[in-house]
Amino acid sequence: MELGRPNLEEFASTLIDLAQTDRDLLIVTGDSRGSGKLWPFAKAYPQQVVEVGIAEQNLVGIAAGLASTGKRVFAVSPACFLTARGLEQIKNDVAYSDNPVKLVGISAGVSYGALGSTHHSLHDYAVLRAINNLDIVAPADNFETREAIKAAATHPRPIYLRFGKKPMPHLHAPDTTFNIGKALTIQDGNDVTFIAIGEPVGRALAAAQRLEADGVRCRVISMHTLRPFDTETVLHAARNTSALVTVEEHSVYGGLGEACAATLMEHGIQLPFRIVGIPDEYTVTGSQFEIFDHYGINETGLAQTARQLLQVEPA
Amino acid sequence: MTEHELKQKSIAYRKTILTIINQCGAGHTGGSLSCVDILNVLYNAVMNVSPANFDDPNRDRYIQSKGHSVEALYTVLADRGFFPTSGLDTLNTYQSHFIGHPTRKIPGIEQNTGALGHGLPLAVGIALSAKLDERPYRVFTLLGDGELTEGSNWEASMTAAHYQLDNLIVIVDRNTLQITGPTEDVVALEPLASKFEAFGYAVRSCDGNDVGELQRTLSDVPFAPGKPSLLVANTVKGKGVSFIENQVGWHHHVPTADELTQALGELDRAQQLLKVG
Ligand SMILES: Cc1ncc(C[n+]2csc(CCOP(=O)(O)OP(=O)(O)O)c2C)c(N)n1
Ligand SMILES: [Mg+2]
Repeated sequence: MELGRPNLEEFASTLIDLAQTDRDLLIVTGDSRGSGKLWPFAKAYPQQVVEVGIAEQNLVGIAAGLASTGKRVFAVSPACFLTARGLEQIKNDVAYSDNPVKLVGISAGVSYGALGSTHHSLHDYAVLRAINNLDIVAPADNFETREAIKAAATHPRPIYLRFGKKPMPHLHAPDTTFNIGKALTIQDGNDVTFIAIGEPVGRALAAAQRLEADGVRCRVISMHTLRPFDTETVLHAARNTSALVTVEEHSVYGGLGEACAATLMEHGIQLPFRIVGIPDEYTVTGSQFEIFDHYGINETGLAQTARQLLQVEPA
Repeated sequence: MTEHELKQKSIAYRKTILTIINQCGAGHTGGSLSCVDILNVLYNAVMNVSPANFDDPNRDRYIQSKGHSVEALYTVLADRGFFPTSGLDTLNTYQSHFIGHPTRKIPGIEQNTGALGHGLPLAVGIALSAKLDERPYRVFTLLGDGELTEGSNWEASMTAAHYQLDNLIVIVDRNTLQITGPTEDVVALEPLASKFEAFGYAVRSCDGNDVGELQRTLSDVPFAPGKPSLLVANTVKGKGVSFIENQVGWHHHVPTADELTQALGELDRAQQLLKVG
């Protein structure tokens, strides 16, 4: 897999492109323009940056107010603070009041590694899924990021986007089209399906490639949108493969895995199924990759999970 | 402890801070260097807390709201004997309990912090409990200046004044910088002292890198009976190393091997001057 750049950088450069033709595009930052790689934007379009200081509640509220007057507002802050400290503003001022803010959670999941739990966002899918009128997108690679940001700019509803800061592999063929709410199937196969969201998608693909060597045919789906949820793609995969593994950089509670499980149960489908994510425990100390490896969110771990479900031994 | 001994400790602490940040490849250099004199004075000359009395409900409490300056806190706690200094070598490494923000898994740490704007409400709760139980302990909390834009600080301040928490001592590390730039350019804080006065504090200010001044000021609490105390500690971000002082980028820049050598050289010379002094 060829490595691209961090989704964070793709996000920042896409915003610069969009601002060239859109004077009503604003970014709201909370001492976060450096972490958001937004200095070039701030230098090119100083009039289009609103700085509120370290104050995430304020940040979301002000973004909602600006959006209510027709501005296209990207509210940018680390995912952990944006979706925890700013949660009531997200619920009431953005979602419930239908102010179409684009909430951007940067350095999401365990991107901050050894900075610890205060800086991790392993709860955001769960809490935001429980709030009506808020779309949720976690792009996996640079292509998905660019397309998601472009789509978000004119999206009519409140939307939350989240990604990390490590370079991401390119996952998609050049002619791929991206739509919010429509999952992307990266490769087809009928033995096991990996449904992944966000940055672990590349890891699921690596596991699939390893399994191919054992003759296990894998389907790999990038479920970049959690809401609206692409039920159809999940059901289709479940009906055409023998096992299903979900993968996410989030608590195993309340995220992609449980969304898939509910969909399958409600449609009367039962198959070997496993949710891979961060378990319900005090998260181990380490870099993002060490944390991934510790919890089996990597090529070997995911391949092993799939083999267990299929009850096959490694070749 | 004498002022001279405190000064020696501050220099030694700065060396440790820079060394462990370089070693683990991550950390918040500027803010740790700006607040370490405050921590030095609190733990070595003001607070009634030690490894021996850490289980005593009457011990003084310290809550570091600006949790990102954890390297300063770990360094001082190690020196006070809360845990072996070898623990510092595992900072941020796989499976270590020494993470990049204060955690109660480390002996001597009272509360988990790291998200800004949490320390003061926690401290108010702990100080209020002392009043309810008629216990003699004091609660010290350290806030960043950039951190003051979090509204929770001002909510907690009103509660502190309302309950007349004169056992609460809030220290602001007024280094005038945050990540983006000077606090006055990001979101202006001044006039800061009069804001705090309006919120009901007895306010003082001092040179927050002068251990003598800090010791005299912090030994004289509460600043007024029946009021929470607030100290604006005027500090220099990156204090003690010429090329780190007042540089925005050093908020979380990690010293390279060369920079570390140069910085330790400067601190060695400061130590020698102090000996001759
Ligand atoms: C709620 C929250 N928002 C954002 C951050 C990210 N952050 C860490 S340090 C920092 C700047 C702090 O500036 P200041 O309070 O002045 O600290 P100091 O200069 O003493 O390092 C920011 C924005 C955080 N830790 N918590
Ligand atoms: Mg500061």
